Amino acid sequence: MTDASWEALSNQAVAASGVVYFLALLAHLVQWAALRKLPADVVVTTGRTAMAGRLAVLLTVLGVGVHFVALLARGMAADPNRVPWGNMYEFTLSGTFFVGLLYLLFLRRFALEWMGPLVVAFVLSMMMLGVIWLYDPVAPLTEALYSPWLVIHVVSAVIATGAFTLGGIASVLYLLKERSRAERGYVARLPALASLDRISYRMHAFGFPVWTFAVLITGPIWAHQAWSSYWNWDPKEVWAFITWVVYAAYLHARATAGWKGRNAAIVALVGLATLWFNFIGINFFSSASQHSYAADTTTITSQETSL
Amino acid sequence: MSDVSDTVEKDTGGRDRQATPMPTDMTARELGRWAWRQVTSMRTALVLLLLLALAAIPGSIVPQEDVDSLAASRWREAHPKLTPVYEKLDLFSVYDSPWFSAIYILLMISLVGCIVPRTAVYWRALRAQPPRAPRNLSRLPEHAAYTTDDAPDDVLERAAAALRKRRYRVVSTGSTAEGSGSVSAEKGYLREAGNLVFHLSVLVVLVGFALGGLFGYKGGVIVGVGQGFSNDLTQYDDFVPGSLFDGDDLEQFTFTIKDFEAEWLTEGPRAGMARKFVSELEYRETPDAEPESYDLKVNHPLTIGKTEVFLIGHGYAPVITIRDGNGDIAATGPTVFLPTDQTFASFGVVKAADARPGQIGLEGDFYPTFALGDGMPRSSFGDLLNPLLSMFVYTGDLGLDAGTGDSVYVLDKADAEQVMKADGQPLRLDLRPGDTVKLPDGLGSVTFEGIERWNKVQISRTPGKLVALTGVVMALIGLLGSLFIRPRRVWVRTRRSEDGQTVVDLGALDRSNGGDPERGELELAAIMDSLQEPKEDKS
Ligand code: HEM
Repeated sequence: MTDASWEALSNQAVAASGVVYFLALLAHLVQWAALRKLPADVVVTTGRTAMAGRLAVLLTVLGVGVHFVALLARGMAADPNRVPWGNMYEFTLSGTFFVGLLYLLFLRRFALEWMGPLVVAFVLSMMMLGVIWLYDPVAPLTEALYSPWLVIHVVSAVIATGAFTLGGIASVLYLLKERSRAERGYVARLPALASLDRISYRMHAFGFPVWTFAVLITGPIWAHQAWSSYWNWDPKEVWAFITWVVYAAYLHARATAGWKGRNAAIVALVGLATLWFNFIGINFFSSASQHSYAADTTTITSQETSL
Repeated sequence: MSDVSDTVEKDTGGRDRQATPMPTDMTARELGRWAWRQVTSMRTALVLLLLLALAAIPGSIVPQEDVDSLAASRWREAHPKLTPVYEKLDLFSVYDSPWFSAIYILLMISLVGCIVPRTAVYWRALRAQPPRAPRNLSRLPEHAAYTTDDAPDDVLERAAAALRKRRYRVVSTGSTAEGSGSVSAEKGYLREAGNLVFHLSVLVVLVGFALGGLFGYKGGVIVGVGQGFSNDLTQYDDFVPGSLFDGDDLEQFTFTIKDFEAEWLTEGPRAGMARKFVSELEYRETPDAEPESYDLKVNHPLTIGKTEVFLIGHGYAPVITIRDGNGDIAATGPTVFLPTDQTFASFGVVKAADARPGQIGLEGDFYPTFALGDGMPRSSFGDLLNPLLSMFVYTGDLGLDAGTGDSVYVLDKADAEQVMKADGQPLRLDLRPGDTVKLPDGLGSVTFEGIERWNKVQISRTPGKLVALTGVVMALIGLLGSLFIRPRRVWVRTRRSEDGQTVVDLGALDRSNGGDPERGELELAAIMDSLQEPKEDKS
């Protein structure tokens, strides 16, 4: 296959996975619309409603599979072949892929079915935004990106982003559930507060070391090789550090009387906001970053990574 | 007895508050004080962490002197009103400002104040026996019970064995004549160790970071291809030493850039981008060492002793010769032109101080691939496909005699006059390699001899980088222990029921903060199974 046909395949796979995610979302909506009519403590394991739920999961699996094909083809379309995270469109593709994948991997273990509609909706809308606003044809990377650290550093940052996003979804639901007195409906059917808190913690506890690895180990090693300075207080670094510190504060908050529960959930969401701001905001608003797209290419090490 | 159950009570209540093993030998008052101290310092740490995050923000918005001094000075020019205020607030150097330092120093003090007592507590807990069983195991979040015909001693023995197999530290009381006895078990001691290692490593990283800031240096120099550099302070274009850096400490290496190559992309979405930069170096570690060669590339710095050499930029240096009115060569050689955009349209200045009758200064642009866009000259590509040099000419007093070390990239035109054409328009020399143009009024001539290239090389020494790296790696390992090791206590108690059977109570306490009751229940059930199994084996 030629590079051009790989690229076309990638674009088709993106479209196809979008459609499949959309169907998954519909199946979830059917399921939850039916569940709304029942009291929250009635568990449905058979019949059309349960079927819709299972179908939704199945479609999500399919969607994530096709999504993977899109990433793979994207990498194959580049010359030389490379990992598919070299610009913001590709980051969005791989970031959403990991959100979906981690959801599926944790689905059984933490009984996350209730998270399905939100995860699918999130992945679908981020993908759409990426396609509309961030699309870039496959292109070779700037010099500094040709490094094994691109693979390790960015993949860990993206995985951590996926885990933090799932944790953030659980935290949002925690806050919603905390205020809700509803006896029926989606929020009423969510797991108990303690359990939402614990699931959020688990996601963050998974994401935090991975983020530490990405931002405080592989990032500096690579920065040292490429720019001679392992920590330069470049805006991208600053925000990665801020994210790290806020999540450390979250882990503390969970262990501090008066902060656990609601405040901890809020701190987690602040962390998520800094994380996504770093991904989107810094790339658009800051030209000072060595990671930036706006970076002047006359310095040969200027980078294009955005994570 | 009462104070044992007391401890457990508190433990259960606050189990996601602290993973610190609770010493069982404290009185309630001491415990209270201890808890209070923990809570207050945790909250302080939390607030300081959030403050640190907040304090880091301005440095990502206002250009930082140390990160990009050019951007910082541009910002200053653009905001004359705000600049003094910002300067007062250290907003151009947030990360070494007193207020930023204050936050992290406070955090470190809090950190030390936190780990020292916790280490002591942990040390004692490590050597302590698992605490005795609380009176009422059924009040624990995870508990189970069953009744059996086995003798209490048998049950306790098997419980101890089963728990040991699960890597618990175990103590057994043995059973009394009435058949009551208990086994206490605890595991996951390493969680707290991991946590302590993590927090300690934060200090190690900081020390490593500080070493780099104090004893390191970072300098940049533009070296023409074909030319050499020796590591001496006078040779640097810019040099930022650490506060305790000793200038005599520079390693005495030299290098020459033999050749430089880059590959230009001519098609695709990144057409115009250059890549695969290779700078062929010949270097000597000391002045009298054997020369060695190295291909300097992005991501592949050259290490000489403790110093590293990086390739970070490149550009063109047109070779220009200025002859004065007497026909003497007043200036010649390659002149570094600084790229202004990705097409490598570059700006530069040539000064001929000794030219007679008047000094001659040239200022203008170099276009590696000249093209006209909207009537304006520009470069359409970074490679040398159609090079053109386009310079304006100045004469008179160019301030070159004053010897004020003004920048080689700036021409002082205050007292100079621009050379004009007969029609009164400014004279612009448009030269292709090999061209010579005569200047009017017998000023002389300018020859564009050819084009050389230069590399921007960054040279730095970062002591403490391995300390910092070791610190973060330790931190990560500690963190994994702290987050994923689950400290658990399990108790098994026997008593005889009225009809002579043995009632076995099991209880467990998960002391991690992500403790998942369901999985705890599973473990408890498995332990219970292994208590009941051997009996079937025997019978
Ligand atoms: C540089 C500052 C600090 C950072 C980056 C930091 C980071 C962390 C992280 C990531 C954790 C999570 C590990 C876990 O949940 O087991 C943690 C836990 C903890 N930290 Fe810190 N910390 C800092 C300062 C402090 C200070 C000053 C104290 C003193 C009060 C402290 C006390 C604790 C305690 C007691 C835990 C365990 C909480 C638990 O059981 O979950 N930390 N810290």
